[in-house]
Amino acid sequence: MLRSGVIAKKLGMTRLFMEDGRQVPVTVLQLDNLQVVAQRTAERDGYTAVQLGAGSAKAKRTTAAMRGHFARANVAPKRKIAEFRVSPENLIDVGAEITADHYAAGQYVDIAGTSIGKGFAGAMKRHNFGGLRASHGVSISHRSHGSTGQCQDPGKVFKGKKMAGHLGAVRVTTQNIQVVRTDADRGLIMVKGSVPGSKGGWVTIKDAVKKPLPADVPKPAAVKSAKAAETAEAPAAEVPAEGGEA
Amino acid sequence: MNLIAEIEAEQIAALGKTIPDFKAGDTVRVGYKVTEGSRSRVQNYEGVCISRKGGDGIAASFTVRKISFGEGVERVFPLYSTNIDSIEVVRRGKVRRAKLYYLRSRRGKSARIAEVTNYKPKSTGAEA
Repeated sequence: MLRSGVIAKKLGMTRLFMEDGRQVPVTVLQLDNLQVVAQRTAERDGYTAVQLGAGSAKAKRTTAAMRGHFARANVAPKRKIAEFRVSPENLIDVGAEITADHYAAGQYVDIAGTSIGKGFAGAMKRHNFGGLRASHGVSISHRSHGSTGQCQDPGKVFKGKKMAGHLGAVRVTTQNIQVVRTDADRGLIMVKGSVPGSKGGWVTIKDAVKKPLPADVPKPAAVKSAKAAETAEAPAAEVPAEGGEA
Repeated sequence: MNLIAEIEAEQIAALGKTIPDFKAGDTVRVGYKVTEGSRSRVQNYEGVCISRKGGDGIAASFTVRKISFGEGVERVFPLYSTNIDSIEVVRRGKVRRAKLYYLRSRRGKSARIAEVTNYKPKSTGAEA
């Protein structure tokens, strides 16, 4: 059942106007040279998964060990590598290139990425504390947290107390994001709403665990070679770049 | 041009809207599609455009202010909204600001805007 996810690069956000008058805020995610680099099988590794690689790295900046790993799969060095657990019947051949129509418009996905780092943040920003009052004797501590505990009895601050500290730059998964549109030619997936991380950051997309998978999604994966055979024509709906349109 | 800008330019082209040349100070009539139950009709909303923002991008919008039954009403329209049936310039105003928020505190005579008498249409290339 478990199908492979994909690695994508977050390009940025825009909006789409639908025919029925709705406008949908979308995040544009790009699949960049997404290929299967290795397989994990039950007899060899004890579990089944596919290892995918995305982007492109310079060969001379890739370690010799990774160069050997990529050479065995016969793929160009990749920038980003991630593993996705799959069920044995959904294993994908090494070297296969996954395309954006891996996801169907309307289906739900979970997207994980590294959130934008905020540095050392106070309790108000980090934990949505209310802060102290603006007046009534409060001095120079309007944005502080208040009390952190009781009295002599516990005599300590409990572990895990919400306080100021480092915020952001952690892996965040946002569940149940809807796929609005896919563009297999350019490898684009547009999803509704925001996605963790900054522009240019890598995210992983998986089928939503809390929503049923639609029946019409390609089952092992949408692979490039299989798709190229059926669509020979190239719909060149590209508009010429209109510059100077600030 | 980066890919996001490319997508936006493509979408503007695909929407195929002809946006008239108008700016803050102009009186415009916006035909807005309203759906009531199952049938839809076009509702006209006429007033002074007091703000345009977002340039020519897909996220551009404009604000139209009118006085309705003695009460000031402002509506913000996305420039490329598929709900907008038409935009029509009724009168060209002569103003010295890009944002006419000062009209909110004016009433009657002082809220008038002089008309441009020597309007020249912009040369081509003004719109996508």
